[in-house]
Amino acid sequence: MADTKANSGKLLDIRNLRIEATVYPPGEAPKTITLVHDVSLTLEKGKVLGLIGESGAGKSTIGLSSMAYGRGGVRITGGEVILNGRDILKVGPKGVRALRGREVCYVAQSAAAAFNPAHKLIDQVVEAAMLHGTATRAEAEKRAVALFKKLSLPNPETIGERYPHQVSGGQLQRVMTAMALCSEPDLIVFDEPTTALDVTTQIDVLAAIKDAIRDTHVAALYITHDLAVVAQVSDEIMVLRHGRLVEWGGTRQIIKEPRQEYTNALVSVHEIEHKEQQPGTTPFLSVKNVTAAYGGGHVKVLKNVSVDIYPGQTLAVVGESGSGKSTLARAITGLLPPEEGTVTFDGRPLANRLADRPKEDLRQLQMIYQMADVAMNPRQTVGTIIGRPLEFYFGMKGRERDKRVAELLDEIEMGKGFVDRYPAELSGGQKQRVCIARSLAAKPKLIICDEVTSALDPLVAHGILKLLLNLQQHEKVAYLFITHDLATVKSIADSIAVMYRGEVVRYGSKSKVLTPPFDAYTDLLLSSVPEMEIGWLEKAIKGRRMESAGN
Amino acid sequence: MSSPILRLVAQRILLGLVLLFAVSVLIFAGTQILPGDVAQAILGQSATPEALANLREQLGLNDPAWLRYMHWLWGILHGDFGTAQSSGLDIASSIGTRLKNTLFLAACAAIVAVPLAVVLGLIAVRYRNGFVDKLISGLALASTSFPEFFIGYVLIFVFAVHWQIFPSISTVDDSTPFLERLQAVVLPATALTLVVLAHMMRMTRAAILNVMQSAYIETAELKGLKPFDIIRKHAFPNAIAPVVNVVMLNLAYLIVGVVVVEVIFVYPGMGQYLVDHVAKRDVPVVQAVGLIFAAVYITLNIIADIAAIVANPRLRHPK
Repeated sequence: MADTKANSGKLLDIRNLRIEATVYPPGEAPKTITLVHDVSLTLEKGKVLGLIGESGAGKSTIGLSSMAYGRGGVRITGGEVILNGRDILKVGPKGVRALRGREVCYVAQSAAAAFNPAHKLIDQVVEAAMLHGTATRAEAEKRAVALFKKLSLPNPETIGERYPHQVSGGQLQRVMTAMALCSEPDLIVFDEPTTALDVTTQIDVLAAIKDAIRDTHVAALYITHDLAVVAQVSDEIMVLRHGRLVEWGGTRQIIKEPRQEYTNALVSVHEIEHKEQQPGTTPFLSVKNVTAAYGGGHVKVLKNVSVDIYPGQTLAVVGESGSGKSTLARAITGLLPPEEGTVTFDGRPLANRLADRPKEDLRQLQMIYQMADVAMNPRQTVGTIIGRPLEFYFGMKGRERDKRVAELLDEIEMGKGFVDRYPAELSGGQKQRVCIARSLAAKPKLIICDEVTSALDPLVAHGILKLLLNLQQHEKVAYLFITHDLATVKSIADSIAVMYRGEVVRYGSKSKVLTPPFDAYTDLLLSSVPEMEIGWLEKAIKGRRMESAGN
Repeated sequence: MSSPILRLVAQRILLGLVLLFAVSVLIFAGTQILPGDVAQAILGQSATPEALANLREQLGLNDPAWLRYMHWLWGILHGDFGTAQSSGLDIASSIGTRLKNTLFLAACAAIVAVPLAVVLGLIAVRYRNGFVDKLISGLALASTSFPEFFIGYVLIFVFAVHWQIFPSISTVDDSTPFLERLQAVVLPATALTLVVLAHMMRMTRAAILNVMQSAYIETAELKGLKPFDIIRKHAFPNAIAPVVNVVMLNLAYLIVGVVVVEVIFVYPGMGQYLVDHVAKRDVPVVQAVGLIFAAVYITLNIIADIAAIVANPRLRHPK
């Protein structure tokens, strides 16, 4: 396609794009909101433009407009999207279908959901190329195999014969990139292609995508909320906020010399100064040689795990998905009774099964989850949600309960005005704060935080971490902090347990665990965290001592 | 085929057999609870006590219930359903012809109704919430809402009386040639089609609409596929399980629930046979037909289960 249109090297030219959607707030009349306010951008052939911003910034919406596509009820209501010399908003449904999958291809955030479970991978990979007649089946398959090879997928000749569920998440993401490249488009829209992956897998996929972009000379819009990631692949970066352009410049300029305050906030490292507390003399909760398994003892997910938690301190548990972090939490809370080993609390063993534990033990251990919105009853108000543990554990009622709810809302830095709100009316960060207040209401000794900041934007997550640290000082509560994000660990932990395939491979105080010499796995984890530095990716790949587990 | 699938399928078939066995117990026990017995029914109210005792001895009615059940079951397993009290005819041979007729009518209706319902469902999804969707849904619901006898009489009035294209009476026997047989069942099959269409169509529509929310539908859309191709190629294969389930339920209805249509068109099928003998209190026939109907239901539901298992790529191609 690239040769047919001459437009001084300009591939994509978006002018004054305006995108709107109709929302249906509960109990109010439907109203139209503007998601993107007159944003303009241009992209030259073979260049990569990174679109970054928090959720709600309109970056995916802008990316998809280059395919004349509006997700859900989203409508492109103004401006021009000029692709290869014509305004694709004016070409009609047939013209739009002709360019989708041929001139512009899309790589979604979750390849696991974006592949049809009913068809073989190869059938889906070659589908667009055959549909648009750019290749015969045989040619397209040959091209696909070559791309699988380029993206360093295992068994490139035969992996296409598999179904999506037979391939790991990191591999699927690469297959999706191959699918986008297979019809030899001029432009690929990468929509958070590595966000759902583990850091150790992300680095492989990122390198594969970068190589593929370089070798095929395809242009790309790379959408992400992670500046460190986008700095590795982009020529230019555009910072967006609330559907408006904040700053647009070369990658080096944006990350080294940001001109806008907001960009500066994104760029600056969000490490919270947290002074490590020395472990006390006696831990109040000890996990001793715990082994746990699913499927009636067939799949061992925890092997001989021992950790201690000290009063008012934080133990961070880090590892990739599938390493057994959340299972450890399930074993401690009694949701998954351990096969062997014991959990002792205040010097006495806790019952293995949740059902056998007295109410008092239940009160002492509370949990906060990654997905705050599904952890709350959508039909209850914030007041009811926070008040529930007060009634359940302390029998509080009426004015006494309302007073305590107000205090708790104060503690999480949300005002009294939120008492009558429903979860759907809150932002992601506010929802997580309500969950924190709910767990605090029980006055527990330990709160288990399972990836509580993973679903949040960096700046919001930063606020939550600060809140958790403040609360720890006031309430003397201990945290078991489960996360895959090492930056978070540095900000909050007193001691760290690194988990790999169900075992604790490294355990000790924060300073000890994060000081070399490292074992191979901890080294891999640490070196895989993207740094905001051009050329970091190549350096990190070269310096690696072991392959990621690729879970 | 890999082993987990075979195991699941074998499990379903075994469960079906157990269920069928349980139903046979239930049917037998049910008829035992009814007042009076077979001897009384055969000889009538005016029979002498001696004659009744003799006949009971002859029929083995003095044996304990479980033994009579075993005899009955043993006979059925060997194709012997006993004899009808009212006519003295062999039940197995009377059922044979009628079951064939019923299956023929059901097959004719199904061959039209199932593909039509699925295609209409696909079209309704393609033009969802638009005029075409509402038209299809409206017509299908209307045809289901009319009672079967009303549709039957309307069909007779239009096609048999007014235009005289098809016969109003669908009487067939073993010697009827195939084409004539086909012509005979056109009107009853049409009536049945109209009755079952909406249910399957609505279910197809709902199942596919559910799948249309998936991310892979967006992927297909962004590849530039035509809307109908997206539904056919990417949505429908993932909606097969619920669709097959409701199709099978309707097939079962076509076989066991068509009494009214058979009566209207005077078609010699199982339904008429059952109703006749219920009226005559002919217990052996009612038992036999009941068991066959149960077998049909169970078999079709097993097929639906197996289809759902086989349609799932995770089971078909384990890791």
